[in-house]
Amino acid sequence: MSRAAARPMRVGATGLRSAGDGVVTLLAVVLAFAVGALVIAVSDDAVLESWGDVASNPLGAIEETVATVADAYWALLKGAILDPDGGSLQAVLSPLSETVVTATPLMLSGLAVTLAFRAGLFNIGGQGQAVVGAAGAAFVGFHFNLAPGVHLAAALAAGIVAGGIWGAVPGWLKGRTGAHEVITTIMLNYVATILIVYLLTHEIFRREGRADAISPLVRPDARLPELLGGDLRLHAGLFVALAAAAGVGWLLSRTTAGFELRATGLNLRAAQTAGIRPARVYVSAMAMSGGLAGLAGATQMLGTDFTLTPGVAGGLGFAGISVALLGRATVGGTVAASFLFGGLQAGGIQMQASTGTPVDLVTIIQGLIVLFIAAPLLVRSVFRLRTADGPPVAASTARGWS
Amino acid sequence: MRFELRDITKRFGAVVANDEISLAVEEGEILCLLGENGAGKSTLMNLLFGATRPDAGELAIDGHVVEFHSPQDAIGAGIGMVHQHFALVPTLTVAENVALGDEPAGWLGWLDRRRAAADVRRLSEEYGLAVQPDTLVGDLSVGLQQRVEIIKALRRDAQLLILDEPTAVLTPQESERLFSVMRRLRDSGRSVIFISHKLREVRSVADRIVVIRRGRVVGAPARDATESELASMMVGRPVDLRVAERTAVPGATVLQLDGVAVGDGAGIELEVRAGEIVALAGVQGNGQSEIVDLLIGRRRPVGGAIELRGDDITRCSTREILARGVGYVPEDRGRDGLIGDLSVTENLILDTYHAAPFSSRGHLKLGRIAENADTLMRQFDIRAESAASAAGTLSGGNAQKLVLARELSRALILLIAVEPTRGLDIGSVEFVRTRVLQARAQGTGVVLVSSDLDEIVALADRIAVLYRGAIVGIVPPGVPRAQLGLMMAGASAAEAVEAAA
Repeated sequence: MSRAAARPMRVGATGLRSAGDGVVTLLAVVLAFAVGALVIAVSDDAVLESWGDVASNPLGAIEETVATVADAYWALLKGAILDPDGGSLQAVLSPLSETVVTATPLMLSGLAVTLAFRAGLFNIGGQGQAVVGAAGAAFVGFHFNLAPGVHLAAALAAGIVAGGIWGAVPGWLKGRTGAHEVITTIMLNYVATILIVYLLTHEIFRREGRADAISPLVRPDARLPELLGGDLRLHAGLFVALAAAAGVGWLLSRTTAGFELRATGLNLRAAQTAGIRPARVYVSAMAMSGGLAGLAGATQMLGTDFTLTPGVAGGLGFAGISVALLGRATVGGTVAASFLFGGLQAGGIQMQASTGTPVDLVTIIQGLIVLFIAAPLLVRSVFRLRTADGPPVAASTARGWS
Repeated sequence: MRFELRDITKRFGAVVANDEISLAVEEGEILCLLGENGAGKSTLMNLLFGATRPDAGELAIDGHVVEFHSPQDAIGAGIGMVHQHFALVPTLTVAENVALGDEPAGWLGWLDRRRAAADVRRLSEEYGLAVQPDTLVGDLSVGLQQRVEIIKALRRDAQLLILDEPTAVLTPQESERLFSVMRRLRDSGRSVIFISHKLREVRSVADRIVVIRRGRVVGAPARDATESELASMMVGRPVDLRVAERTAVPGATVLQLDGVAVGDGAGIELEVRAGEIVALAGVQGNGQSEIVDLLIGRRRPVGGAIELRGDDITRCSTREILARGVGYVPEDRGRDGLIGDLSVTENLILDTYHAAPFSSRGHLKLGRIAENADTLMRQFDIRAESAASAAGTLSGGNAQKLVLARELSRALILLIAVEPTRGLDIGSVEFVRTRVLQARAQGTGVVLVSSDLDEIVALADRIAVLYRGAIVGIVPPGVPRAQLGLMMAGASAAEAVEAAA
């Protein structure tokens, strides 16, 4: 097809695509829950039994299935937002508190991936960056004894710096040698995990009186203050994360650094032609991205964990990739997606407790959401949406690999 | 055979690419389809070739209605198409490429190379194509590769050959040879549809001309219509293609290339003075892009020095070079000149965002940036839905105006314009050329890189002809085209004069 003919088509396709993006995201979530319902049904013994007698009692089988799925999802919802049967105010609010507590580090690690995406980089290393960030924050938190306020700030800063360095290295390697950041960040994830195990063998990181690999507790001064008190774990990390989101939004839209970052991410050649040096953008974008992931690990450490173990920041970095994908690499989308994922996780635990549906279902649903977002054509065909010409794969994901 | 399009309509979203077009090409005829970019020529031909399907209307061959669901159907019905971008495998031989997709099977279904080679030889001889079957396609010049495409179509017994802008990649001599091949095809009773927007070519080769504008057939001018008649019909208003008087008043030297070598090419000596346009003429791929990359600091020369107003800029970064007053209009706007997903406003500060007045201490000044967009869009008549529209949605002409507006809004010492009017409609061509001349009048030195001789002759004050990374000669714009053409094929100025005479 010649360029002349392609031009009007492209206009049409872009229009359709951008209009359909939000819809596809929403439908991907709906579809994931639908498939999740199927998983609930087939993993429930009572449901399977009722389908065994489907010939004699077909209505019963359907009723049993619907009831089981509805129960599970209702428990999930209650566990994620409010528990009307909780009794005390604390118990009613507890699910919301848990959702936000889970969402806080997810928001930060999602922002890390989003920021890198915007520079055309696929930062798979959020995990490693979060791990070293958590370690840095923990070390400052338990080793030093500083004034209240200063101590917390120093611990958070340590997390940012540690994660930032862990992120800057792949950025530097890419700019300097062209090494693909996907490979280098994955490798550094392993290095980070093993580094923590190694650190925990050292005297300075060992908790007194414990033979296993666990650090001393972070001093109270360095912890993120609780907001509601009582049994509610909601802590000030929420404000840290929201401030970071605002900061990233401001950086991208209002600063020359953000402009360079977006220009490089969208069209490397044109950015170079305009005098932008991609190597510098890669280093700064990856340093900032790593810093955000490090901050994610730090808030997890200073807000909920308080101690460093080999399993620190488990899965936080990888969940961030899902969050950023679901948020379509926009700041607002990432914030919203982090609350959804936080709610799913918090609600999932509640669901397992009250209905016996395994919490793994949540992981399945999260995985399905990402799968469907990555395959918009599939979603469009399921819901019979009009497809735009050309493969409307999420631009942000495609670019990371180019 | 007689090929017919009847009341063909094709829409892409809200855009009507073809609006009830009826067209027929007779046996033994060269039909020229003339129209600006975006007029709907290529869409129409893709419909005829089965690559897309019409929303309304029908195709007929010898009066019988046919329906094509894929190019395979069209090929089966005797239609062949040579696209602007060839579909050849460079690592295979000519014969293998020609056989590809319809391999003559020998014993056990193996490729019968001998028969494939014989086919190539026979067709090559019959139509004077001079292509050897055993050469690797990657070793062939663009002109010869195009002939391989033609042979490919002919081997499937194409009775109608569609050539989509075939001369865009050819030297004038190669174009002439292509035209004689087209005439031989016609004389053997085949039909040819030749798509072009180059008036000179259309007039020289067409049996019949059909002009398409905005998706409609607007006329069938006589073969001897003048170029300005054809242009006016194409654009829909009177056009004057001649550029105003040539009044270069060259001043001091602004750019000096001192034995600058690219790869293993010879050193290049070139001087550009203030207020003059120096054209780098040559067939694509003869070192133009390498020289331009050197000039904007994207590549370092193997040897030699580049001086801008006496300052050595050989080792400067792109940013420094641009900041010293070099403007750059790249060849591929979409790839190098703008960022399609950013807004018009943002693209208008793509290389000035880092300095006053658009930012201070790292903060973008959105108010000044919006004002800038407002002013430039008005001054350069950039038509977009709004300043916030993505630059990728602009038409080619408007995208080029955007790039020009951005580059010319700075105080320039030197403007580097690469194929500044390629693919533009005639209205935009006029606009761009006028702006380039204005820049010259204001004392900017201009390096114009173009493979379009018409453009070079219309604009340049001096022409440096490039061949294989070296300058074969520098000549005034008055030299005969034949001589320029020969130089573009590697002859020195003296040899070319002799040969042309």
